Amino acid sequence: MNEHLSTQFDTELDDLRALLTRMGGLVEEQVRTATLALAEGDAELVERVVARDAEVDQFEIEIDNICNHVIARRQPTAIDLRVVMSVSKTVTDLERIGDEAKKIAKASGKIIERHSRTPCPQVLAVRHMGEQCAAMLHEVLNAFVRMDSDAALQIVRRDKEIDQSFRSITRELVTYMMEDPRTISNSLDIIFSVKSLERIGDHCKNIAKDVIFIVKGRDVRHLKLDELEQEAASK
Amino acid sequence: MNTPKLPPTPTKIKAETKNFNFYYGDFHALKNINIQLGENQVTALIGPSGCGKSTLLRSFNRMHDLYAGNRYEGELILHPDDTNLVDPRVDPIEVRMRLSMVFQKPNPFPKSIYENVIYGQRVRGVTKRSVLDDKVEEALTNAALWDEVKHRLHDMAFALSGGQQQRLCIARALATDPEVLLFDEPTSALDPIATASIEELIDELKKKVTILIVTHNMQQAARVSDYTAYMYLGEMIEFGVTDEIFIKPKDKRTEDYITGRFG
Repeated sequence: MNEHLSTQFDTELDDLRALLTRMGGLVEEQVRTATLALAEGDAELVERVVARDAEVDQFEIEIDNICNHVIARRQPTAIDLRVVMSVSKTVTDLERIGDEAKKIAKASGKIIERHSRTPCPQVLAVRHMGEQCAAMLHEVLNAFVRMDSDAALQIVRRDKEIDQSFRSITRELVTYMMEDPRTISNSLDIIFSVKSLERIGDHCKNIAKDVIFIVKGRDVRHLKLDELEQEAASK
Repeated sequence: MNTPKLPPTPTKIKAETKNFNFYYGDFHALKNINIQLGENQVTALIGPSGCGKSTLLRSFNRMHDLYAGNRYEGELILHPDDTNLVDPRVDPIEVRMRLSMVFQKPNPFPKSIYENVIYGQRVRGVTKRSVLDDKVEEALTNAALWDEVKHRLHDMAFALSGGQQQRLCIARALATDPEVLLFDEPTSALDPIATASIEELIDELKKKVTILIVTHNMQQAARVSDYTAYMYLGEMIEFGVTDEIFIKPKDKRTEDYITGRFG
């Protein structure tokens, strides 16, 4: 993409991308840390995630401010318009991902407080699902920075895997609870946490669709996967 | 869901060019232009200085006839009677009655408000007072100026503010009952408030006439037009629904221009 006649405008758009990348990096770390806190029962990690959520919120406000400024001052059009609108939506998704990470951390905190540390056979599966989500987030942010709609489409497809993990962990936990009712409290907290991870996958999918919107100029939200693939393949 | 909100599809094409070329002497200023103006719609021409947008606009009312050495090629058709406007056998005065022009700077004649408005009627030879009075009220009302000037119709036009003078020029253009209004940067000499009132007026006027507007202000094109054409170096690069041009243009050159990357 050529540069704008206004270098100040270019600087503002660069700032937006840079801040979004930093926010994305922080949120990704929050997801990893929260999952680790859950898997390891580590209270310190719980504290860390809860404390850093304020930083995520701060990023949201700062980036949206720049979006408002760019719209008011530059009246962006075409690719610039699509970028600004999508950054603003992506920031909302990232902030929600941050909130989900905080929920996972808090659920871990409750499990730790019960001192029970009931051995949970799903820990490995939960950890794996957390990794899946963090990796998905990492890749969708890369796709955003590189404006890569093919990569974004891959991410939309991969959300199915996350949903699959969610279903299988939930099913196992239900069996577990039926076998031993003393595990119900902890199991519920784990179920809420994997539900949070599943939501994180959905947010990543939203971001991926924003990337497709930027590149293709087509709004692909609420489309079925095969329709979406057609749109993404179009010129 | 994926298509931006479309302006109503024109039931009729009011005017169109067919392989239209224009030469200033040896200079080939317009190259094979094909554009259709939908009836009762606003079409905007945008592009950098010297791209030919004003040349195209002025061709529509034969302004280039005024200088020797200028040459039209191809057709510029006005419907429904399919008159080729650039046919030398067609009277340019009649063309200018049917396609009125409003210019960049308000250019009222050094006459009263009243006389400015009915100038075209006088050229046509209308003298009946009641007809002229009605025409003045109708045109000034349609130009959203009537209430401001009805008590001083015989004051000099220069006593009006810039924005009022421009609306007076629009009233003068309307008084010949044109089918098409041609605007050549109609607000570039006006302040933002007067600009907003002209834009509002354009929106009203399109219910009655077809509008072609040249503007340097891209946001204005985005605000007022249903269709937008991007021109560059005498060629029409892209012509389409305004929302599409401003959200997802098809041609990279259009995108570069409207996002301010041109240079």
